[in-house]
Amino acid sequence: MSKVSKDNFKQESYKYGFVTDIESETIPRGLNEDIIKIISAKKNEPEWMLEWRMKAFQRLKSMKVPEWAKVKFKKIDLQSLYYYSAPKGHEDRPKSLDEVDPKLIETYNKLGIPLTEQKMLAGVAVDAVFDSVSVATTFKGKLNEMGIIFCPISEAIQNHPELVKKYLGSVIPITDHFYATLNSAVFTDGSFVYIPKGIKCPMELSTYFRINASETGQFERTLIIADEDSYVSYLEGCTAPMRDENQLHAANVELIALDNAEIKYSTVQNWYPGDEDGKGGIYNFVTKRGLCKGKNSKISWTQIETGSAITWKYPSCILRGDNSIGEFYSVAITNNYQQADTGTKMIHLGKNTKSKIISKGISAGHSTNTYRGLVSFHPKAENATNFTQCDSLLVGDNCKANTIPYTENSSNSSSINHEATTSKISEEQLFYCLQRGLNEEEAQSLIVNGFCKEVLQKLPMEFAVEAQKLVSISLEGSIG
Amino acid sequence: MIEIKNLNVSVEENKILNNLSLTVKTGEVHAITGPNGSGKSTIAHTLAGNPNYIVESGSVNFNNKNLLEMEPTERSLEGLFLAFQYPIEIPGVSNASYLRQILNSHRKHQGLEPIDAAEFLKLLKEKSALLKMPMEMHSRFVNSGFSGGEKKKNEVLQMDLLNPKLIIMDETDSGLDVDALKLTADVVNQMRSEKRSLIIVTHYLRLLEYIKPDYVHIFQNGQIIESGDHTLASRIDKEGYE
Repeated sequence: MSKVSKDNFKQESYKYGFVTDIESETIPRGLNEDIIKIISAKKNEPEWMLEWRMKAFQRLKSMKVPEWAKVKFKKIDLQSLYYYSAPKGHEDRPKSLDEVDPKLIETYNKLGIPLTEQKMLAGVAVDAVFDSVSVATTFKGKLNEMGIIFCPISEAIQNHPELVKKYLGSVIPITDHFYATLNSAVFTDGSFVYIPKGIKCPMELSTYFRINASETGQFERTLIIADEDSYVSYLEGCTAPMRDENQLHAANVELIALDNAEIKYSTVQNWYPGDEDGKGGIYNFVTKRGLCKGKNSKISWTQIETGSAITWKYPSCILRGDNSIGEFYSVAITNNYQQADTGTKMIHLGKNTKSKIISKGISAGHSTNTYRGLVSFHPKAENATNFTQCDSLLVGDNCKANTIPYTENSSNSSSINHEATTSKISEEQLFYCLQRGLNEEEAQSLIVNGFCKEVLQKLPMEFAVEAQKLVSISLEGSIG
Repeated sequence: MIEIKNLNVSVEENKILNNLSLTVKTGEVHAITGPNGSGKSTIAHTLAGNPNYIVESGSVNFNNKNLLEMEPTERSLEGLFLAFQYPIEIPGVSNASYLRQILNSHRKHQGLEPIDAAEFLKLLKEKSALLKMPMEMHSRFVNSGFSGGEKKKNEVLQMDLLNPKLIIMDETDSGLDVDALKLTADVVNQMRSEKRSLIIVTHYLRLLEYIKPDYVHIFQNGQIIESGDHTLASRIDKEGYE
């Protein structure tokens, strides 16, 4: 095969790397009690919320940064970061879209997320989070009519304290681990969803996270509650400007599904990955956990992870309700010097619980891509079953793929079925496609998209095409 | 169409083609036959630009261009089609979307708009019917789980869709039953024209009964040892290569 020189491909692949020139309100750098009080005050939070944050912060002081993952990075100086940044004039949430700064509307247009009524994506309600605040939420009124609550979490704390108090921290306790506890202390915004009993949410709910300010960490908090017999499909997307610095994104996402409820959570993660020499990019250290609390409930995670300098996350399911189902479908692509250590935990507590894990890791360039997963059957998890399939695809000779499956089995009647493969894009496949007139990039993209098909088809239709393109773009320049 | 001169080719440092020369004029059909290991498939893959086949010396002129300097993609877009002896599987990619993509790649090269979905479906139905390929096959993944015969038909279908100038068929007849062989021959005969040339590499000679080639060449040790018209094929069929 003739070598395609890397210089032939300009790094135009990251088209979301622009910075919005907007005046923002920030607070002093650093992490201390005063900072947390300021954040809480900015959000007009009730006393109980501030107390909750403070408890987390006290806890954090005695916690150590975890170091077991197969990722390498310089120590993050938490005191050098800004923990709050909001576009000026948006500290009090705009009442209507007319009050939103046109620069922000334009920013979201550029990102392909129109917020204005006439241009909104049909069938998709969007909450737009810009640095530390939510700047707009579409279709709120329409959803309200059905009793569905879809709003920024800072608003939910004000308006639905009973729900927030009951569920916040119920899946990811403030004692959980370093980054999750950090998030509990300093989280700024994120989405809140409540689907009432018996309601099938008629549209996709989605949150679009954008980091804009420099030297600022984004600590989002998302809480989704699906009451009995309800259904919701939720999708998040994320982008950030191209900068030489590394920025920290440490989010917590908690899902709760009650009896017979189903939550489908999809992520298309496209944070800035750093340049081709590994400079800059987002550290994406995220804790995502779902609790299948009720019987026959179901939580399904689908993630397309293409961005970030480092991706370190394990969207998990705690299968407490009898007959509950947990699913994890993942595509993680690393190129250049990106690192990913991602997978899932399926904790089987209830009878007849089922879980399914399909992970597709693609590594190119000098990147490292690790699948790490835990399947655990507790003694009461009679007849629980798991199916795990981990496939790795290597592009080139300088990348690494690891598969680290852990299992814990204290139930006699349960079964685990694990399959793993590692392959290289075959020269035969490439040559076959070239012989039919595709160029190398097209051929590679076709083969890789085929490799990811099982996962890509789990995405809501509105986003599947976009995700396919993203898969191709992420590997640009990796042949040669 | 194509002029091969003194071509020497090796694979993994074994010399396979030995000073081969062959000229195929526009509109001609040439058959290459010979015992196993004589280098028949090597000529097919070398012309298509398979990187595992190393050209040591010689020249190939393809429609007044230096073929050996062209990338495999360019060779395809310029009208050279190789029907593979062992078609490759591409899991996860539906045959229909693959076929549409390769067709559009060729259309783009010719300055044409991409074919729209409805028009493509019509074309696919028409071409599949000629080979008695059920449309259901196109929702399966490219060549994945296809029988030997289905894979070969899928090659002939691609050949028909892309409308190439020079067709090289590498043992397309092997693995086909008599009915499928006849359908394949029908499509090939239909595609035969004064603007198109064919090189048919075959181990069996039955296909040549349906497609009467203008020339038959016998290959041995990477060289042509004898050439003749289609009657040569019948003679070999009776008497063997010796």
